[in-house]
Amino acid sequence: MRQSRPSGRHTRRLASAAVVATAALVLSGCGPAEDTPVLTWYTNPDDGGQATIAQQCTEAADGAYRIETSILPNDAASQREQLTRRLAAGDTSMDIMSLDPPFIPELAEPGFLAPVPEDVASSTTEDTLEGALAGATWKDNLVTVPFWANTQLLWYRESVAEEAGLNMDEPVTWDQLIEVARDQEKELGVQGARAESMTVWLNALVESAGGHILENPEASAADVQTGLDTEAGRQAAQIISTIGQEDLGGPGLATQQENEAMLLFQGDNGSFMVNWPFVWPATNAAVEEGALPEELPEDIGWTLYPRVVEGQEPAPPLGGINLGVGAESEHPELAWQAIECIVTPEHQTEYFITNGNPPSSASAFDDPAVEEAFPMAPTIRESLSLAAPRPQTPYYNEVSTAIQQRFTPPRAVDPESTPAETGQFIMEVLRGESLL
Amino acid sequence: MSAVPTNVPAVDPVDPADPHRGSAPPGGSRGRRKAPTSERAKAEARLGWWLAGPAFVIMVAVIFYPVAQAVWDSLFSYRLTAPADREFIGLRNYATILTDGVFWSALGVTALITVVTVFVELILGFILAMIMHKAIKSTRGLVRTVILVPYGIITVVSAYSWYYMFSIDSGYVNNWLSWLPGFSDELNWFAQGGTSLVVIMFSEIWKTTPFISLLLLAGLAQVPDDLSEAAAVDGANWWQRLSRVVLPNMKAAIMVAVLFRALDAFRVFDSIFIMTNGAYGTEVLSLLAYRTSIGRLEIGLGSAISVVLFLCVALIAFVAIKVFNVDLAGSKGGRK
Repeated sequence: MRQSRPSGRHTRRLASAAVVATAALVLSGCGPAEDTPVLTWYTNPDDGGQATIAQQCTEAADGAYRIETSILPNDAASQREQLTRRLAAGDTSMDIMSLDPPFIPELAEPGFLAPVPEDVASSTTEDTLEGALAGATWKDNLVTVPFWANTQLLWYRESVAEEAGLNMDEPVTWDQLIEVARDQEKELGVQGARAESMTVWLNALVESAGGHILENPEASAADVQTGLDTEAGRQAAQIISTIGQEDLGGPGLATQQENEAMLLFQGDNGSFMVNWPFVWPATNAAVEEGALPEELPEDIGWTLYPRVVEGQEPAPPLGGINLGVGAESEHPELAWQAIECIVTPEHQTEYFITNGNPPSSASAFDDPAVEEAFPMAPTIRESLSLAAPRPQTPYYNEVSTAIQQRFTPPRAVDPESTPAETGQFIMEVLRGESLL
Repeated sequence: MSAVPTNVPAVDPVDPADPHRGSAPPGGSRGRRKAPTSERAKAEARLGWWLAGPAFVIMVAVIFYPVAQAVWDSLFSYRLTAPADREFIGLRNYATILTDGVFWSALGVTALITVVTVFVELILGFILAMIMHKAIKSTRGLVRTVILVPYGIITVVSAYSWYYMFSIDSGYVNNWLSWLPGFSDELNWFAQGGTSLVVIMFSEIWKTTPFISLLLLAGLAQVPDDLSEAAAVDGANWWQRLSRVVLPNMKAAIMVAVLFRALDAFRVFDSIFIMTNGAYGTEVLSLLAYRTSIGRLEIGLGSAISVVLFLCVALIAFVAIKVFNVDLAGSKGGRK
């Protein structure tokens, strides 16, 4: 359709409207922002703590950079999928990434991560807890910076332990827990679903028994040797199998992950549970909402992860998040500066208190506010010093998926054959001879 | 093609999109051969190419290029995180796949889901189509809308709904069924293949029956009422009218519905991804392809699985079209 030519007055009006609109855009902040480099921080979902820290560091940077957060998918495996694909495609927006430690070797090996400058490495790891530091290195080089570290504790219902006559100040073993659950017809909060949580459990059991899932995790796919067909592997399988076959993990065991285990533990049949510290704020929140009885938190106790072998320290699961910089990032120096700001002990303390994720820095535990919010903080710290990482291999996804397929459902685990078969299966998959 | 049923009335409705068609004899192709290629027809044909050309180019770009790329990639041992180790291995990926129990089990589960869901949907879909067809005029809109609601729901959302319904900790189905003798309310539906597949198939059937019923409704609407009435006058009962008059006349619509749904069902992914992620014997081919390419980043092996999946789908389409004579162009002789 042809429109009539606008009159002179009309044109002037349009022009002045455009000037006003442009001025509004510039004044509203779009203008100066263009000069400030924007760093994208890919964060795992949390209660908004990382976004708050991003804002604080942006303010502290005083115009040197601005951090924008971009939230990754919910579960660790999907986070890895997205990050790896972006990195492999040479995405230049991968400035700062919140990385789950087991997947770091896979990204470090092909050179997807920018090297950590020496000064950043020394300033950010001064008092990092040992377990967390181990998860941040690959082939003896620090490739990421620990941000927070996680570990599982043994949570117990005081009433159940008391009735069983267990002294929870002393170390307890899996066999003792199984016996109590059997005697009192209670259920154990463990993770038997075909998910990452199964690998977490198995790794902790094998490491606690003095073994390793992979004997030489840094080896190439063709040379990897598994350590499952060992006494440690069989002891671990025995525990999983007993809990599965005797229905000690509740009817939902085969689909039970951390959250479901917590719900089981909170219920009438709850007894003992191995789980991450998030269960404490989550339980308290449910009590406040009136979804759980008021007296429940008083009945909940915590201690170190159970032992597999009496007299041998446990090796609890290690989790957490490290920060890395993409090799193709356009602003690596600024990204490392931002990371130095993000991981300060003060930020880690604040993040623990507000979001429930424990610090990787030892001094961050010293703040009295920490123990007020998390009375179990000293136990978490002790557990972090004992914690063992999952196999650090570039093929972690294959190893973990193979374990999940063979060790679930727990009732089908045979302590005599499952460890050996799983070890064989892992090697076949890594050699490209079997589908997964 | 002999897709024009012999008992269809000889009146061939005019296709409004084709002004020439009304004058052409039924069976299209003969008419087309005789049509004079006037300047106007040539110009129209040219215009047709100009109009369809961009879409054709885009189709080639978005369909043929990725398919060709997948075929090419499937000949390599290629992991996304180890691009330097990329190596040509010929058909070895296919040998690995075809000799592995995981593939055959996934194929079996895929085939089972396809056969069961399509069969049940066909029967339910036909009943719903009859209801929609026969609904009295005042309620027709409402009935059709209600029946079509599940199809309008995003598959992932529907999968989550079904998952939470049957989940052992938040679900209520166990509570509903606990009165059944021999049924334990501690049944964990997703802890074994059989019960998981039941839920997965229920959700698929619930979700896509409306699609089939819509296609069948179109077929039903094409069967003239005169035929049924004539049969009724001749003394045919309800069943005879259905099996001898209605069904044969809507064979093309039924076959199209079956073909479309079978192709769709064979590529089932969302429900399984959400409910079990392939655990406990619920792995299907598309999930296996996804886990290999995207999860394991094994581009070569994953591409090979995708190619096999593509060949299976192509085979279904081929068998349906050639063996069962499905006429995708409708019952008018495949002119389009």
